[in-house]
Amino acid sequence: MIQTAEMLEVFQQYRGDAVVIPGRGGRHWVKISNQPDRDVPLGDPAMGGHASFALGLALSRPNQKIVLFDSEGDVLMNMGALPTIAEKNPKNFYHFMLNNGVYATTGGQPVPNAENIAYDVIAQGSGYPATYSFDNLEDFTNNIQGILSRPGPVFVALKVVPEVENVPIGQRARWQIKTRDKTILDLQNALGPRVV
Amino acid sequence: MTQQEGGFSPETVLEHLKKNGVSHVVWLPDSETNFLYMLMQEEPTLDLITVSREGQAFSTAAGLSVGGAKPVILIQNTGLMESGDSLRGWVMGMNIPVVLMVGYRGWTRHGVNTDTAATYTEHFLHAFGIKYYLVESDADADRISLAFQDAEKSKQPVAVLVGDEFHGFNR
Repeated sequence: MIQTAEMLEVFQQYRGDAVVIPGRGGRHWVKISNQPDRDVPLGDPAMGGHASFALGLALSRPNQKIVLFDSEGDVLMNMGALPTIAEKNPKNFYHFMLNNGVYATTGGQPVPNAENIAYDVIAQGSGYPATYSFDNLEDFTNNIQGILSRPGPVFVALKVVPEVENVPIGQRARWQIKTRDKTILDLQNALGPRVV
Repeated sequence: MTQQEGGFSPETVLEHLKKNGVSHVVWLPDSETNFLYMLMQEEPTLDLITVSREGQAFSTAAGLSVGGAKPVILIQNTGLMESGDSLRGWVMGMNIPVVLMVGYRGWTRHGVNTDTAATYTEHFLHAFGIKYYLVESDADADRISLAFQDAEKSKQPVAVLVGDEFHGFNR
């Protein structure tokens, strides 16, 4: 299995100027990223929506590479987003999915049928032209440059180590370094006006 | 019984979408919008994004808006109610100025409402504090542009309830 922070360290080397939506990997990414103004660490506005949000961003900015680190719990909650992404076929969209098998933020309860779901197969069946699945850092490291070099949409399932939180929500340390409004404003300033 | 004159034409809807600079229509088809679909498909300035569950429309619209595009959400009232958490988190919580054109299934000005979809629609909007306009015919269509203005001004969603009884999407 892969440690999320180690995987993100590797990804950072090949990021280029991509916009990164770190999703459930946000707590690590804010310490790793060297371009925070191009990051969109939104936390969890509403579970299950990150993939559609990233699709919208990718469609509005077709010349900008968009990278999402989704989670399997989010994908399961809104699996219908996958066919929409495949249908719109955004060449600039890279959809990574962290699969830890559990609902980590609520204490580590397993997601339904956790050990028997092939998410890359589901993405492929939804129409993604390229899908990958990795369960170790070495394979991920050997493939990440190629993945980011090919046109999207690409789906990459990553089997990661659960980082279960058992502290009550009100007592958890806040990892966000900016407000949501500031995050969006900084991104918009970094991207500049949308050119149609 | 007094029948309202005229209907609500798909051409009118399209005209207002274009007039207000809409770039993307995020929608889930319902039984009243087929003719509008055909018109939108033929309109080169609009990009249609079909979702399979209405909650996806709100997060998609948020991404589009953050990226500088101008989406409109086109769904039925049933789907609006299904979308509560996504509406809360992705649109209201992120201050996304977006117009929701909502097919008002079951709405009637006459007799007794027999569809709970209509029963709860306005209660739902009130609960979320979402401003809305009712549009029943082309004579009301300027309210669509008012909704766009309100959304921009408030940086919040504004709904346009499309009264099913009179509009002419089914041709």
